[in-house]
Amino acid sequence: MAKFWRWFWSLVIGVPLAVFAVWAMWDNARLFFITLLNGLTLSSLYFIVASGFTLVFGLMRNVNLAHGSLYLLGGYLGYFTAQYSGSFVLALAAGFAGAALVGLAMQVGIFRFMQGQELRQTMVTIGLSIVFADLMMWAIGAQVHQMDAPAWLDGPLRGIPLINAYSKYRLSLLPIGIIIGVLLWLFLNRTRVGMMIRAGVDDRQMLAASGVNVNLVFAVTFAIGAGLAGFGGVIGAVELSMVPGEDVRLLLASLIVVIVGGMGSVVGAAVGAVILGLAETYGLAYAPTYSVVFTFVILVLVMAFRPRGLLGRPA
Amino acid sequence: MSAAQWRKAMNAGAGRVAMSGRPAPRGQTPLLAVGGLSPLLAAVRARHVLVLAALLVFPWVATPFITYQIGAQSLALGLIALSLTFLGGYGGMVSLAQMTVAGIAGYLVAILGAASASDASISLGWPWWLAVPAAIAVAALCAAFIGWLSVRTEGIYTIMITLAVGVAFYYLCLQNYSVFNGFQGFQRVQAPTVFGINWREPLPFFHLALFWSLAGYFFVKYLLRAPFGVALQGIRDNPRRMNALGYNVTAHRIAAYAVAGVVAAVGGVLLVWYNGLIGPGSVGTSWLINILVIAVLGGMRHPIGPFLGAIVFVLLQTFAIDLFDRERFNLVIGGVFLAIVLFSPDGLLGWWAGLQRKFSNMRPASRVSHRGDLP
Repeated sequence: MAKFWRWFWSLVIGVPLAVFAVWAMWDNARLFFITLLNGLTLSSLYFIVASGFTLVFGLMRNVNLAHGSLYLLGGYLGYFTAQYSGSFVLALAAGFAGAALVGLAMQVGIFRFMQGQELRQTMVTIGLSIVFADLMMWAIGAQVHQMDAPAWLDGPLRGIPLINAYSKYRLSLLPIGIIIGVLLWLFLNRTRVGMMIRAGVDDRQMLAASGVNVNLVFAVTFAIGAGLAGFGGVIGAVELSMVPGEDVRLLLASLIVVIVGGMGSVVGAAVGAVILGLAETYGLAYAPTYSVVFTFVILVLVMAFRPRGLLGRPA
Repeated sequence: MSAAQWRKAMNAGAGRVAMSGRPAPRGQTPLLAVGGLSPLLAAVRARHVLVLAALLVFPWVATPFITYQIGAQSLALGLIALSLTFLGGYGGMVSLAQMTVAGIAGYLVAILGAASASDASISLGWPWWLAVPAAIAVAALCAAFIGWLSVRTEGIYTIMITLAVGVAFYYLCLQNYSVFNGFQGFQRVQAPTVFGINWREPLPFFHLALFWSLAGYFFVKYLLRAPFGVALQGIRDNPRRMNALGYNVTAHRIAAYAVAGVVAAVGGVLLVWYNGLIGPGSVGTSWLINILVIAVLGGMRHPIGPFLGAIVFVLLQTFAIDLFDRERFNLVIGGVFLAIVLFSPDGLLGWWAGLQRKFSNMRPASRVSHRGDLP
């Protein structure tokens, strides 16, 4: 019976998608493949930002609604670092480090004192996101900041079949996302700290009982999660742009990615990011005024049939 | 739930006091003697009469600006926040989509009724007595749908899902031009003229808002003592036990969303008439969060909390320009919210109760009389 339903749902979802893909390729193959690449590169950015969100949530049950602010902060830091030093790699490092430091301060200064009060922690992150957003607008202004891609990634890559040319920078996001994913996987599965984090996701109290300094693990995880948001911010500063309001957009993306993928699961974040990225770009390309509806329909379908997300486990 | 079941549930537990998680008010003697009169009058206390009298006198003393800008706006926002207090404080489900529900009602009043949408003619031009009930009904349906979505997972997930739904609705309004008229939204959404009274004028509008706020307040107060409300509070405190007692937890939660949706929708209609326009900005993230700020600021432990929170919020918003740079309003409101959440999780009401405790501890002898004449 379960097998039947799996087939049934694969058909119900798969057939219309396949029909759409065939129609779109026959109609305008170039548009279809460019949208595919756009979707995948956007997914890569979403994955980087949302993996930090899901990491923090999985371990601490802290829904960090200031995650978008950390993203924007990382973007601004990267922008000014690149402006003064001219180095993109340095900008990435600055974005990661700056956001990680702020995240660390949040965990050590505030959340450590409200362990287990999830709702209160979430409300505090809401308050922080309002304050951060306004402080950044005060310090930097409301105008759009667009960062230039580094020289070695600037300009289009020519000679790709069907598409002809595609931005080198955007294409490079794919390997960056994959590398981040692999590094995160190695960190979580092959290092001692990663082992502690995974153990903490499963059972915090047992981890504490076995002699691990849980506060330290929490601080490290929060710093990494926040750092990933800042890292994503620097990438997003080139791919999208930085302006007040982008924090909400990326926060929404992170929320949907982890709700769809399953909260606390890094692999789930990858799956959710690909689904959301593709849905958003195809929606924008083929039905511009209703593109949000697709995102919403995906959210509704997942909540209706897999309330814990595609790869989520019981809390 | 039948009366027999209800009695059983009451007798099985420690009763309402334990369920609602706070002690019953002590030392408050009814102002009017009970003697055979309806129990409605028995519940009236001095502070109720004082507040009501103040509310009725207020618009005749204050300038029209204050009546409209502060009085009416606080009431409309308070009504929307009241729906969140009902859901969050008594149902244990903190929903960030209450402004979305209110926004749906507001948009529908504009779409079904009369409004001017600069170049496109979207509004259907229904009369108000058809458009407003329809808007509230559809908004309540949407609220039930949002509830159905978010109660499928528990606790902390609710806030994420409702935020996602709310922000998605904001982007839909922003991007869609055929129904929601995109960035522009709808202008000139005005309260109608009924019985020869132009309800757009400050004084009538204040009384309209006051009437519906009082109606919402007493409706929520009534509901909290009705079997449904008590069951809801039981579900908040221990869903598993309530489930074991035979209550349908999911159905109660969804019904709570629908009821809160009606309250929020009425507030949304008032707010759209107050503003005279609606657009994506009215349902944006900042407003989703502002409703939470108002509810938390006042305190989620009593239905009066959101109205107190709304008054403080509106006063801050209106007079921020005199005290400091208007641009920095978000910083102030975010800071106030942060301070409340960090230091007084029960909001102004909790702060007030704390002060009271301190005061009564210092002077234990005069406790009863002191509590008796609280406004």
